[in-house]
Amino acid sequence: MKTSFSEAIRSARRLTTCAAAALLVATGTIGASAQERDKVTIGYAISKSGPNAGGADMTVTPNYELWIEEVNAAGGLKLPDGSQLPIEVIAYDDRSSAEEVVRAVERLATQDEVDFILPPWGTGFNLAVAPLMAKFGYPHLAGAAVTDKAPEFVKRWDTSYWFMGGSVDYVDAFTEILVAEREAGRINDKIAMVSVADGFGIDLVKAARPSFEEAGFDISYDKTFPPETSDFATILSEAANSEADTFVAFSYPPHTFALTKQAKVASFSPPVFYLGVGAGFPVYPNIAGGSVEGVMSLGGIDPNNELNSTYRAKHEEVIGRAPDYWGSVLIYASLQMLEQTIERVGLDKQAIAEELSTGTFSTVLGEETRLEDNQLRAINWVGQWQDGQFVAVSPEGGNGLAAVKLPKPDWE
Amino acid sequence: MKTSYAFALAGAALVVLALAPMFIPEYWTGVLLGMTGYVTLATAWALFSGPTRYVSLATVAFFGVGAYTVAVLNEVMPYPLVLLCAAGIGMVMALVVGLSTLRLAGVYFVIFTFGLAELVRQTVSWWEVNVTYTMGRYVFLPFEGRHIYWQLLALAALTFLIAWAMGRSRIGLALKALGDDETVASHAGVDVTRIKLLLFVISSTIITLVGAIQAPRWTYIEPSIVFNPTVSFMTLIMALLGGAMRLWGPLVGAVPLFLLFEWLSVSFPDHFSIILGLLFILIVFVMPNGVLAKIDDLRKGGRA
Amino acid sequence: MLEHVVNGLVLGGTYALVAMGLTIQYGIARIMNLSFGDTIIAACFATYVLFTSLSISPILALLILVPSGYALSNVVYRVIMKPLVARAPDEGALEVDSILVTFGLLFVIQGILLYLFGGGYTSYSFFNTPINVLGTVVAGNRLLALVLSLMIGAALVIILFRTRWGMILRAVALAPKSAPLFGIDTDRAARTAFAIGGAIAATGGVVISMFQTFTATAGVVFTMKALIVVILGGKGSVPGAIVAGLLLGLVETFVAAYVDPGLTLAAVYTVFLLLLLVRPNGIFGKA
Repeated sequence: MKTSFSEAIRSARRLTTCAAAALLVATGTIGASAQERDKVTIGYAISKSGPNAGGADMTVTPNYELWIEEVNAAGGLKLPDGSQLPIEVIAYDDRSSAEEVVRAVERLATQDEVDFILPPWGTGFNLAVAPLMAKFGYPHLAGAAVTDKAPEFVKRWDTSYWFMGGSVDYVDAFTEILVAEREAGRINDKIAMVSVADGFGIDLVKAARPSFEEAGFDISYDKTFPPETSDFATILSEAANSEADTFVAFSYPPHTFALTKQAKVASFSPPVFYLGVGAGFPVYPNIAGGSVEGVMSLGGIDPNNELNSTYRAKHEEVIGRAPDYWGSVLIYASLQMLEQTIERVGLDKQAIAEELSTGTFSTVLGEETRLEDNQLRAINWVGQWQDGQFVAVSPEGGNGLAAVKLPKPDWE
Repeated sequence: MKTSYAFALAGAALVVLALAPMFIPEYWTGVLLGMTGYVTLATAWALFSGPTRYVSLATVAFFGVGAYTVAVLNEVMPYPLVLLCAAGIGMVMALVVGLSTLRLAGVYFVIFTFGLAELVRQTVSWWEVNVTYTMGRYVFLPFEGRHIYWQLLALAALTFLIAWAMGRSRIGLALKALGDDETVASHAGVDVTRIKLLLFVISSTIITLVGAIQAPRWTYIEPSIVFNPTVSFMTLIMALLGGAMRLWGPLVGAVPLFLLFEWLSVSFPDHFSIILGLLFILIVFVMPNGVLAKIDDLRKGGRA
Repeated sequence: MLEHVVNGLVLGGTYALVAMGLTIQYGIARIMNLSFGDTIIAACFATYVLFTSLSISPILALLILVPSGYALSNVVYRVIMKPLVARAPDEGALEVDSILVTFGLLFVIQGILLYLFGGGYTSYSFFNTPINVLGTVVAGNRLLALVLSLMIGAALVIILFRTRWGMILRAVALAPKSAPLFGIDTDRAARTAFAIGGAIAATGGVVISMFQTFTATAGVVFTMKALIVVILGGKGSVPGAIVAGLLLGLVETFVAAYVDPGLTLAAVYTVFLLLLLVRPNGIFGKA
């Protein structure tokens, strides 16, 4: 017993030394003091593998890479004294596991001692790391996290910033469009709604039920489906039987794509066809196999905003594909805000946190982007495919938004 | 070796481990925490699967139920009571599952336990979505990494104590017979079913507690986070690597594997899967019966 | 009602198709292949590349990928599985070894796919045309899966029960220890069975990629679904795999239509667990 135990301890110690040594080699930054700093280290843990990799790979990781490449190409991060420091990156894979992401952030903070930590993908993982980010004093620019509790979270962790709004925002903006359409006599007052049974879907559906009902709609079909679902033929036929003119699915990309393909096969084309994540991906029309005119979803862009068009072109050039039409631009804007904050106040985390809360920034979202109570509110809530672009819409249009075009034309 | 001597050594190791968070950086506390979690899971797993040779993939079913219990109850009752509740739920669930499944054998038991984990996850999801209308719960308990680590360490020590006591008791003898030949054991007057059930319940309760103790670390909990099938696979691999039939086997498997995973994800974040897979294949070829058996073999070979 | 039967059968066709490959590998070659689903995903990606970069239609891709699946599995068996089979003292030991080694293989395939394609969602559109079956409109690509699985299933049954080769394979499945006494080359038989399984996995991958969104890490979902079908149908039983696959499709569809789409998978696992308790050797399994 004794020998095996000491054997274990010995092998553990050996491996520990290995790991520590590898860490030193991998980062090579430990020990660099502030006076002689020649770079800024930025670390992040993101789902490169596992079920979350699909979302992270679309919305988050490419924007981190794009931004870092742009900053370094321009000579590095600007500091208040006019000097520039290049960014060095430490990127880990959290393997879509909550325990991994927590430990990776601990590692970034206490082992690698990075200057800034960029957040992981997803509401759950952002919440998992939020207490650590607050404890170690890093500003937490929670990008890919939709939550109605953001106003509470900014009180709990006063250096957290939330960039994607809450479910109620998305749903209320959509309800407004539905009410206008009903008043115009283009749709009836029935809604068929399905949602994926995980945090994202349920959060939205919980906001949607009261919002639709208060507006006088009758939710005639209201079901959830497990995330592993791959066949929607039955769900679609039940939704069609419910005689609703509005079909809403709070879905993830695999479901969004399957719903679209199967709706086309079944010639199910209600006047309002609203889907979840994935409908705002640039590959969506290809996957659907043709025109997706009139399909609605979360997000959307203003095609006349030049800042945004430049960003999209640059993204395509550097990453090799276009960004999605919802989260990407918000994540990128959060990075621009960080960059400008550092230029104004330097690398002190406390000063950065204050500047992020109070400052006004020039980002891809507009010349005057600012946070309200540590939350970004200038978000496009509802988008629609119009002439091959996924544009942000409102009932009447205006203010950077296009007028919604309903009813949706039939599938080709 | 003398038992008292071994106990003193284990006690000393325990004290050193318990004091470690005072001296090491936060990250290494996190590593110790994760490692202790897996050591406990693997040892508890081997408690049942070692002697009975039932390969269970239900680990995450119990682990997840433990974590979820904390998520549901942490705001309505004091924490120790929550842990008790979690243990109780795990125990009842293990009884029900054990009574209905322990007559399955071989791969059927493997698949059954995997199916069970998925069934629990699906049912919890459906319940949350359709009955309580909440998906994703928050655990705001004032615990830092080291607090969770200490709890896990205590549970690990307890698990080892149980495993050690089992090995020495009359049940232990029965277990040896059971592992060797179930039919013979039952003819020799060993109540096979009762012993198997007892082991399953003890093992599952410990696993449930590991999940419950670790839950506060993630702040936010939803079924896809706590019912992650990787937990079952990791536990199984660690126990098998070390040798599920020995008291220290799972520990010897869990510690190096955990550190290896950690090292791989630090050094090769983009090639983690490939290297991990190749190592796995290598392990099967080089030490099919676990590390401890390999060490024994080498020692015998050295003497001969 | 009829509509749900048609939809259920079409869905079940996919399950049956992938499960047949696994049941042959497990039943005849006695390899519990946990990397089966990742083989399917690899075929999905291969089809995607052939279709989008070389404009080779997925139907033609079958002609390329099915033989490749056969050849690659053959090599995998020679290199990795054969030594394990040779050293295993009994069937139980081989089972554990094959679970562990294919678990490693799963990570290798997954890692290579992640390295090549990243973790993102991949999907394309092909043969997504409405076809009317008994008054129900179903997608052409999904119907193709059902038709293929019935055709492959029929072919396999004929081979297994009507040819000498089939008899040899069945003999190896039944009595791997005594088959060599009758001059049967068990190694070759097992290798062939394993490779046939790989070819069926490739077929499944090509067809599934036409309608389903896939990611590099989605393989385990297919493995588990296939495993359930295999166990339900009885290990090594091709007709069992088809019946069990179609049955699961029907259960999912009927639960979605009449109970709640949220409970489809819970229902599948319940049916599975109950059947396992009542008939531990599967629907078509030997008692």
